[in-house]
Amino acid sequence: MILKTRLFGKSYEFKDIKEVLAKANEEKSGDILAGIAARDTAERVAAKVVLSEMTLEDLRNNPVVPYEDDEVTRAIQDGVDPSAFGMIKSMTVGDFREFLLKSSEDEIKNIHDGLTSEMIAGVTKLMSNMDLVYAAKKIHNLATCNTTIGEGGTLSSRLQPNHPTDGLAGIMASTMEGISYGIGDAVIGLNPVVDTISSISAVLHSFKDFMVKWDIPTQNCVLAHVTSQMAALQKGVPMDLMFQSLAGSQKSNEAFGITVKLMDEAYEVMREKKSSRGPNFMYFETGQGSELSSEGHHGADQLTMEARCYGLAKRYHPFLVNTVVGFIGPEYLYDGRQMIRAGLEDHFMGKLTGLPMGVDVCYNNHMKADQNDVENLALLLAACDCTYFMGIPGGDDVMLMYQTTSYHDIASLRDITGKKPIKEFNQRMEELGILENGKLTKKAGDPSIFTA
Amino acid sequence: MSEMIKDISLVDYYERVTIDNPRDTESCSRLKKTTNARICLGRAGDRCKTETLLKFRADHAVAMDAVWSEVDESIVDQLGFFKVQTLAEDKEQYIKRPDLGRVFSQETLDGIKGNCIESPDVQIIATDGLSACAINANLADIYPILMDGLTAKGYTIGTPIFVKYGRVATMDQISEAIQAKVTILLVGERPGLATDESMSSYMAYESSTLKPESQRTVISNIHRKGVPPVEAGAQLVNLVEVLIREKKSGVELKI
Repeated sequence: MILKTRLFGKSYEFKDIKEVLAKANEEKSGDILAGIAARDTAERVAAKVVLSEMTLEDLRNNPVVPYEDDEVTRAIQDGVDPSAFGMIKSMTVGDFREFLLKSSEDEIKNIHDGLTSEMIAGVTKLMSNMDLVYAAKKIHNLATCNTTIGEGGTLSSRLQPNHPTDGLAGIMASTMEGISYGIGDAVIGLNPVVDTISSISAVLHSFKDFMVKWDIPTQNCVLAHVTSQMAALQKGVPMDLMFQSLAGSQKSNEAFGITVKLMDEAYEVMREKKSSRGPNFMYFETGQGSELSSEGHHGADQLTMEARCYGLAKRYHPFLVNTVVGFIGPEYLYDGRQMIRAGLEDHFMGKLTGLPMGVDVCYNNHMKADQNDVENLALLLAACDCTYFMGIPGGDDVMLMYQTTSYHDIASLRDITGKKPIKEFNQRMEELGILENGKLTKKAGDPSIFTA
Repeated sequence: MSEMIKDISLVDYYERVTIDNPRDTESCSRLKKTTNARICLGRAGDRCKTETLLKFRADHAVAMDAVWSEVDESIVDQLGFFKVQTLAEDKEQYIKRPDLGRVFSQETLDGIKGNCIESPDVQIIATDGLSACAINANLADIYPILMDGLTAKGYTIGTPIFVKYGRVATMDQISEAIQAKVTILLVGERPGLATDESMSSYMAYESSTLKPESQRTVISNIHRKGVPPVEAGAQLVNLVEVLIREKKSGVELKI
């Protein structure tokens, strides 16, 4: 493995793989904040050149956090399929980029169980934005809960009816409005203000009652801490999906109050007690920068740490995984340009890991970004068959205080790309007169359809 | 006088239903009252209506502008604040590097020691945080209430300090430099849509860089439509009394 190169006659030398990975990253304010970004654009390109000549085996043998020190590294490394790894280990990262661009979906899926997160992050750093779109578009990862998500030709959405005080009437008002736009085929999922068993239970019951009354084929979820959901399950609530935020290192997961052992337990409890039918019943959220923010990045860049979240997520065969791309703030992703890049990277990495990957395309008010940036990224992601997006009334989350894609945006993205919701959900929307051939009817966008 | 187009920021969207021909308008109005989420908007094709779009853009505009605006220094000058700056050189660096917004150079700290009253009972600090508009809107209202209240209770008050490009943790370094008993920091909050004037107050007893963030007692949402600054000032005066009596603050203080 060579860590040195010359570019326009100037020498560049890197001390280890972790430094090459960090410096090969496209510019992100979070890597600059961590003090690990390339000094200038030429050094960034030099790092990409060095990275392109490394083999995938080099990356496997040098995880950014050592195997002995970190259970996320162990979960990822122990999950590698040796025969799939054998097929690709001698490829350079540069070769691997070309392999992904020229291979079919089946050929890519043949080898994806041989990958580690460092390999996935590495190749992502060599890819342009359109490369990321082109390659991600090939990959469709299906998962089944009550319904099956990820089929080609579908564009799914999470209905996110958040409310500043968890008021049930207000939550259900936003839910009715959302369903009237054909939103919610991925999940109806609330970010709760209060993380108590009684509150979680009340919301899950409200969603379930609505789904039963109106015969809506989807999943329900309350995005509380996993331990609160486990406690709620013991009380016998109807829970289709179990949620947790994940990070890419043991230390940062501890900041989230989780360990691999706890998640293994949660998975088993959910498998036994869940109200959903299919084999996929976990929902995870991630986002670049969370490891630096909890001082668990181990000197590695935020893209590589993000890839490790997906590596860990894979252990639990999730139904949904989405990055929350612009939520964390400008010290990690400064502006619309960095947000768009990060969204395309995360989506591609999740797909290559084998996950049914969605994106919360979002920003907050101290970022140099606005709704036009959200729309740009959402359109790019829709072009590469991103599995699902968030749907929020008017794009304004009145609980989490950030902006994301609106109900209107999901309907528009479906119209522009000719996509539909998940089959059973789409059929029910047609029966209710909300959608016709995948498009909103005149009747759509009226929550009083559901007050009858 | 020339005619003027209505101020869309004043339209009451909490009650307004803009759906064309809903099945049941009254039901829509009832739903609308249960949440401040942007529902019952109606649509133009799959997109939102012009008024919805402009209202959203207006709400985001005030939030964005609040982050990137500067504190009107004539306000802090008039109130007699001693002005300092953190290691952040400009707004952009301040936004990108929160670490620089938490600390001062040795020279600045020496300047604080040399120019400000030492060992006061109460030290007041104002800083822009993520909304200079919050300081511009509230400081001149809250400061006299604080001064009057604290003076009436017989406390010694330090030279007020304005920190340009400051984060909350600057209060620890200042407190250590001048040995204040109680430090009060007034800071602009991260603005939400349509709310650019919200200010928070962080207080700590013997505020220190060696103590965890949980040392701080907080009053947030200080603005005209939230906790009015005059009322917040009175609350702060009462809290100072509690902190000095109990010799602690933050989570240690059970109030």
